[in-house]
Amino acid sequence: MTTRPPVTDWATDWDHLERQWSENPYPIWDGLRKTCPVAHTERYMGAYLPTRYEDVKAVAHDTEHFSSRRVVLRETRPETILPAPPITSDPPHHKRAKQILLPRFTPDAIARLEPKTRAICDELIDGFVGKRRVDAAQAYSRHIPVRIIAFMLGVPESDSPRFIDWIHRILEVGITDQTAAMTAGREMVEYFAGHIERTAREGGDNLISDLLAVREDGQPLPPEHVNGTLRLLLIAGIDTTWSAIGSSLWHLAQHPEDRRRLVAEPRLMPLAIEEFLRAYAPVTMAREVVKETTLAGCPVKPGNMLLLSFPAANRDPAMFPNADKVIIDRKENRHAAFGLGIHRCVGSNLARMEMRIAVEAFLKRIPEFRLDPSQGVTWSEGTVRGPRRLPLLLG
Amino acid sequence: MVAGKSLKLRINAEKCQGHNRCKALAPELIVLDTFGNAQPAGDGIVPRELEEKARLAKANCPEFAVDISEE
Repeated sequence: MTTRPPVTDWATDWDHLERQWSENPYPIWDGLRKTCPVAHTERYMGAYLPTRYEDVKAVAHDTEHFSSRRVVLRETRPETILPAPPITSDPPHHKRAKQILLPRFTPDAIARLEPKTRAICDELIDGFVGKRRVDAAQAYSRHIPVRIIAFMLGVPESDSPRFIDWIHRILEVGITDQTAAMTAGREMVEYFAGHIERTAREGGDNLISDLLAVREDGQPLPPEHVNGTLRLLLIAGIDTTWSAIGSSLWHLAQHPEDRRRLVAEPRLMPLAIEEFLRAYAPVTMAREVVKETTLAGCPVKPGNMLLLSFPAANRDPAMFPNADKVIIDRKENRHAAFGLGIHRCVGSNLARMEMRIAVEAFLKRIPEFRLDPSQGVTWSEGTVRGPRRLPLLLG
Repeated sequence: MVAGKSLKLRINAEKCQGHNRCKALAPELIVLDTFGNAQPAGDGIVPRELEEKARLAKANCPEFAVDISEE
């Protein structure tokens, strides 16, 4: 990556690609919340950064002033935008685009994927149980969501390495290198065009066949809608949950008291998963300001982007008592890890199930583990934050 | 609580975005439609033994769509 000028002042020159942000963003947000709750930067062609829960919530609910047509903050304005409904849709088009997907993501529908998820987790653990060391991000967390979403889409699980490569180029490299993002995007369009054609010919019972079966006023969805939604599901369904599983294990590696409590009291697991989601929320979205307004009294002008940091909102002490503490049995937890308002993550039930099964399966067979002090943890940067190297000592 | 009064659970359908936290915490009190949006089960009256679950459902709704009140 090219060298970036260091941040001089987080209130007026913030940069979410700065190393300090990737490695430990929480003190940055805590500082801003007290001094400048809506920060701004001239980087990224101008962008705002609210850090208080109330302000993040207000933006998420305000589709009049904040458009979703661009949901990733990039250094340049893309010449062409490949729409990926419903995440890039605004009202009134958003609702129907989302409704098409929702039936496959209800709690009951997702519960049917539990046995498969558990089998994947156990198979992965077989590969390193009994060893002294493992990189839990590379050998475990990264493989779980990608295989489940491939199954739901009806594409080969063996294509997983390609999916992970596309995501890296679109969401990480692509922030500063538009060509890399566009090339990966075009490869995905071509990939799904082939699978759409195959599914149209052979049929199926998956998300592709669901999208092909839709008729609006007698007409099928436009091909670019189907393709865009499939790209979205693939991108959104992989490194997000991979990150959330990794962060949960990263926490447990450093907190034996939490680890042992979860082993002794497995019924706490769903609450613990919610708390990991709050404290280590992986996903930061963006909005484009399309109409002048104010946010926390600050003028917000069109032409700017806005970084919608659900992770920062989740650490706001005005909303969450002891916001900087991970309390695995926190009873009241209205966290925003899956977003708020109409763009609430369509895969939230899937992500929760994958996290719960992945952490349960790991703890069941490897109840004792800690960070390997001889190697460092590395974090992804940008839109999705989670450990990409998570070296653990087992037993 | 005053004897005889019971709690009623309501869901604001305009606010509900289908996070399903209420369903996870109080499954007996919530039904979901095809899209995962929540509605109170039956008439929404909360049996005494489920009152704690109803309070948790309210306290964990990210959209502040769940309300409980005495009837």
